[in-house]
Order: sequence, then C-alpha cells, then structure tokens
Amino acid sequence: MSRTLLSLSAGERATVIGFKSEDAGVLRLMHMGIVEGAEIELVRYAPAGDPLEIRVMGYNLSLRRQEAGTILLDDDGSP
Amino acid sequence: MSDARQNGASTPVVVTLGNPNTGKSTLFNALTGLRQKVSNYPGVTVEQVSGQLTLDGLDVRLVDVPGTYTLAASSPDEIIAVDVLCGRVAGLPQPDAALVVIDATNLRRNLFLLTQILEAGIPTLVALNMTDRLAASGIEVDVKALEDKLGVPVVAVSAAEKTGIEQLRQRLKSLLLGARPTPPSLGINPRLDAAVAELAAEFEADSNKAHALEIRRALLDADGLAEQRLAERLGETRRDRLVARRETLAGGRNLATLEARDRYSFIQGVLNSAERRIESHTRSWSDRLDTILNHPLSGSLIFILLMAMVFQAVFAWAAPLVDGIDYLTGALAAAASGAMGSGLLSSFVSDGIIAGVGSVVIFLPQILLLFAFIIVLEDSGYMARAAFLMDRVMRGVGLSGQSFIPMLSSFACAVPGIMGARIVASREDRISTIIAAPFITCSARLPVYSLLIAAFVPADDVLGGWLNLQGLVLLALYLLGIVGAALTAWLINKLQRTRSRGRFLLEMPPYRAPRIRAVLAKLLSRAVIFLRRAGTIIFAVALVVWALATFPRNDSAGDFQSPPLAESYLGRAGQFIAPVFAPLGWDWKVTAAVLASFPAREVVIAALGTIYAVEDDSTDLEGTLTTRIRHAQHADGTPVYTLPMVVGLLIFYALCLQCVSTIAVMYRETGSWRWPGFAWCYMTALGYGGALLVYQLGTSMGIG
Repeated sequence: MSRTLLSLSAGERATVIGFKSEDAGVLRLMHMGIVEGAEIELVRYAPAGDPLEIRVMGYNLSLRRQEAGTILLDDDGSP
Repeated sequence: MSDARQNGASTPVVVTLGNPNTGKSTLFNALTGLRQKVSNYPGVTVEQVSGQLTLDGLDVRLVDVPGTYTLAASSPDEIIAVDVLCGRVAGLPQPDAALVVIDATNLRRNLFLLTQILEAGIPTLVALNMTDRLAASGIEVDVKALEDKLGVPVVAVSAAEKTGIEQLRQRLKSLLLGARPTPPSLGINPRLDAAVAELAAEFEADSNKAHALEIRRALLDADGLAEQRLAERLGETRRDRLVARRETLAGGRNLATLEARDRYSFIQGVLNSAERRIESHTRSWSDRLDTILNHPLSGSLIFILLMAMVFQAVFAWAAPLVDGIDYLTGALAAAASGAMGSGLLSSFVSDGIIAGVGSVVIFLPQILLLFAFIIVLEDSGYMARAAFLMDRVMRGVGLSGQSFIPMLSSFACAVPGIMGARIVASREDRISTIIAAPFITCSARLPVYSLLIAAFVPADDVLGGWLNLQGLVLLALYLLGIVGAALTAWLINKLQRTRSRGRFLLEMPPYRAPRIRAVLAKLLSRAVIFLRRAGTIIFAVALVVWALATFPRNDSAGDFQSPPLAESYLGRAGQFIAPVFAPLGWDWKVTAAVLASFPAREVVIAALGTIYAVEDDSTDLEGTLTTRIRHAQHADGTPVYTLPMVVGLLIFYALCLQCVSTIAVMYRETGSWRWPGFAWCYMTALGYGGALLVYQLGTSMGIG
C-alpha cells in the first residue's frame, strides 16, 4: 500500500506515482503540475495542520488535506 | 489584406492570456496605457478589460482574458479563455492573434497553458516576462531555442522594468501585418491530433458550431463544460460519437491524465534545450522570509499584529483628513447659503447638494487608506499567505481562506468586498462570502457610530487608560459585525446543503516589492468606483431626502419657507410608520431619519441634521447635532435618546442592510434577486430584533 502526501513531514520530498481517484478535482491538480513522476516537497502545514504548502514544478502551491490525501507517493524505502 | 487592415477596415483584435501572477496586467497596462475599458464577459461575473494599442498607425484592440492555469473548464468562469479563442463571446470577434504572457522564472507550469493555447490554431506571440528576475533565480533561458521548440515568436520582456516592450510591439505588428502563420503542431499526441481532425471534419457539416479547440477540450475533459456545450449545439448523437472516440483513444485510461503527462513530458523536452538552472543550495529570500511569515505560529502572530496595525493606521492617519473635509463642506455650505440668501435655491445648494456630497466624500480618506494597505499586501504576495494561514479558521464558519480579502475590503465598503469575492473558488463559498460581507463594519457606518457614541457614551478611561469607554463601544460594534458575518456565513453554508468539494488550490507567489505606480493606478480605479457611487446613488438619495423634508412648500409668508417638519412629506411618512418602530423606543423623527437612510445608511446624518433643524450657517454639523439629540424629548417630556434606545439604534445600524449599492452588486454577482432579497429581509429582521431586544430588556431593567 503506497502512502499519500499526508504522510510527509515538513521538508520531506517524494515522487508522485498516481492518484486515488481521477475526478475533476484531481484533474486540476494534474494541470497544476502534480503529475506522475513529479517531485513534491512538503514545505509546511498551516495552523491546525490544514491546508498545506507544497513545492512542485518549481513553484509553491497550497492545497487542503482532502486533496492532498488523494495524491499517492512512492515508498520512502523504509520497511 | 494588410492594406485593408491599415486602412482601418476592421481593427484587429489581440487577446492576452497567461497564468495568474505572471505580470500580465502590468504588461497590459504598459501596452495600452490608460486607454482601457472595463466591462463584464456576458453571462458571468468575470471582468473584461479591453484597451487600445497603436502600432505605428495600426490600431489594435487588446482584450485581457483573466489569468488561468489551464483551458480545462468545469464552470462558466473557467471556459472564458476557450470561448474567447473560439470567438464565442458576444461583441468580441475571433481574435486575430493571441499574446501569451509567461513567467520566465517558472517556465514549466507556464508552458502547460501555452501548449494548450497553441492548439487553438491562432497566430501567437509569446511575451517571456519577468526576465529581470532570471539572474537572481539562477536561471538562464535561451529565447532562440524556445522559439525553435515552440514554433512561435518569443520576446523577452520585463513589464515591471519596461524593457523589451518596443520589441514586443514590433513583433506584434509584423505578426498582424505579415502572413499570420498559425502555430505548427507540437506533436504532443499525434493520435489525439488525428482524432480532433477527424471529428472536426465530421462536424464541419454543422456549419460553424464546433471549433477544433472546442472539440479537443470536449474530448479531453470528460463531462466538462466544453462537452456539455458541444452537446447542446450539435445534439446528443454527436456527443455519443465524441464519447466513443474518447474511449478508443484512451484505451481504458483517463485521457485527462494522459494529457497532463504528455504535456509535461513535452515541456521537459523544451526545457532541456531552452533552460539552464544553476542549482544553488541556498533558498531564495522569499522562501526564507516565509519560514517566518508563513510559519504556523510566528506567521499567525505577525498576521494578527499586521491587521491591528493596518486598522490603527487607517483610523489615526485618516482623522485629520476627515476633519478637514468636514470643515470644508461646512464652510462651503455656509458660504453658499450666505451668498444666496434663504431662498429655495440656496437651501437646495447648501443643504441638498453640498451636504449630500460632503457626507459621502468624508469617507474617502479611510477607504483609500484601507485599500492602499490591501493593494500593497496583495501586490507583495502576502495575501496568499494570509489566505493560507486563515483557511482553517474561515472554513470553521463556512468560508474559505480566499474569503479573507473580500472580508477585509468590506471594512472599507461592502461593494468592492463583494466584487472581490470573485476570487473565491467554489460557488458555495462565494455565496457565503457575499451574504456575510455586508455585516462587516463599513466606513459608512462610522459617522452614525461616532455621532451616537460621542453624544451618549462618556469618555471614561478603562483598562488603566489603554482604551476609553467610547473606544470600547466602537470596538464592540466592530466585533458585532464580525460575529454577525461569521454566524451568517455558517448559516448560509448550512442552508446551501449541496456542499461541494471545497477546493483551495492557491499559488504562493514569491514575495515582490510592490511598484508604487501600479499601487496608485489600482487605488485610483477603486476611488473612481466609490466616487461614482457617491456621485449617483447617494447624491440622489440626499436630494430626495432634502426634497421630502422641504416640500410641500409653505407659500403663505410670500418668501420661501420650509414647512414645519411634521408637515413635510418626510415628517408625514415618519409619523405614519412610527408605530412600527415605537417598540424600539423611536419617535417619528428618528423613524423618518432611519427611513430616509435605507437606500444609503450614511444619509442618516444629513437627515437628522435636517430634522433637528441645525442652523444653516453652522460649520460644525455634528457638534450642534449632538446637543440637539441629547435634548430631544417625547411628547410626554421624557428623553428620546435613552441608553437602551441608543444601544438599540447602534445595533440596528450594525446589522441592517441599508445600502442599495450593496443590494445591486449582490444581484450582479449572484445573478438573481434571490440572495439580495434574502439578505435584505434577513438583515432588516436581525436589526429590528436586536434593537427591540436591547430596548425592551434595558427599559424593563430600569436603565435610562
């Protein structure tokens, strides 16, 4: 089972491998650069842990936990 | 063909497109100067800015398309770019060329939209903007290689530094006068291109109902707006054909996913030859600034301090200007009535025109100061951080972080606040923002507050001299507005039920030092909006109130005499309605003044002035008025303005929707009378109920 963007702590990076669903909201994410193979850095969480700020395709973007939870990342190698 | 154009047979139309935060507006302004016209795209609440550009005698109409990240559209606001490119917007022919503005420091994401636009088959010129920031970002861009890979002309510019503008004009001119080459196919997905061509040929029989770009978007964006529109124009049979073609193309996968993947991999190829990044391990100063400003804890603290400072500054700095304007209008009115004697014309000029306009212009300093802060915070990129920090809190009451800017603007005036709600992504959140905004204490409520507070609240120190009681009451009224807005947003959110997936995809642009010229230009346009309102609605209302208080004429004495107030139309109306407001402790005079201020709440000061017959030569309307209302009595000799009545009146003004401009802009922004109608009834009921409760409770407790 792969992990989602929400498993990252501030400052960590990982590579996008897909999405949990492919609805219209996800379409928007993809057009803004969150595509398979893109590297994402989780920059920080807002107060109360929502929304969060990420760095992707060389720019900073904020999104809510709800959307972040649909983004699947590669494994970090740990067992 | 070029000759016909030069002879002015038809003015070529060029549209500017690009991502948000690319400096597109700045470039648009640099090209057109002040020759701009702002209107709305038909059917949607999206601003259409159109400007004139002259290229060595060739007149060009430049039309700005609002910033967007993609041509994929699921709402009417989002499909505007496609509509413009396909010539579907009423009053706007299909553009002769597209000017696409891209941010040189963020090519990857900007090229995504550009590759979509190039598929429209319209002659395209690319303005590579923000080139002045390339060196600092450690990026080198090879313009020639970019041109080769994209097949369209690219001009390096900096709209902020005004470099490259002349070259851009020349290239645009040669594009319009030359052969107007359509952009070559990028070959991103040849199978998709073939399918588009095939369907376009098939649907061509249906005349001009389907543009190739629309077919492409309909194919790509399953159940998107492009598909719906196409189905409406071409019928369900064609839609079935489209869907079938989409399925054979996608082969079990999602075509939209493939589009994103294919485009970004094409872009990677472009960047490999056109961009060189000198990878540095030091973070940009903007990122470093954000470790403090956007930090959950320190960022929130700084945010609160910043807002406190803004409001402190708005009040402290505006005070002398407000006093100055107050003095000037008073002196002007006195001079006018002195010069013209005591006739009808004199009364019309001094009490009607000067007092009416003066009562509005007096808000200008505060409004402009608050807007100056908002514009600076917006232009610097800080507002995106404020939205980020506030999103969770705002969502708790049914708003979104993006509602923060409209709410802040509403402290100046709800009209720009409601217009600013356009940036809120989801329609549900936008409606909540629009209905909640008029509760926020706007500058038009201030004169009412300050008059009543100065007259009835003692200036005793509280909290060891940090605040006085008058300031505390004012603060409480501001808080009442905020609480009213929050509860209302929460309620509207519950009422709307259809809770759509709340979207909050907000770019955090790098911090930038605001440009003074740009700030001043925006400030000017806000001032014009406000003064236009002052010059029309409020002016008209002030005149009507003056007329209602002045007529019917009393001609018995030969010279013109105003009738005793009780016999004027205003007085009669007040007496007629008075029983409705008697449970609030109001007499017919207060009722008449409040009635007069329903179209514009600030009119109440002038109305009270008229009603309590303040002397014409007074240069200090409020001072005299204060004394008058302190001594106002009911018929039985008891004072009208008791403490419960005054507090009730303040609450009435805090909660009631007394502003036709707000109602009109609500109608425009929501597209029906349903929401403004609801807002008016709801707020009036709240105001009445609040005032009733306070007066009855206070009186029964023996206060006053």
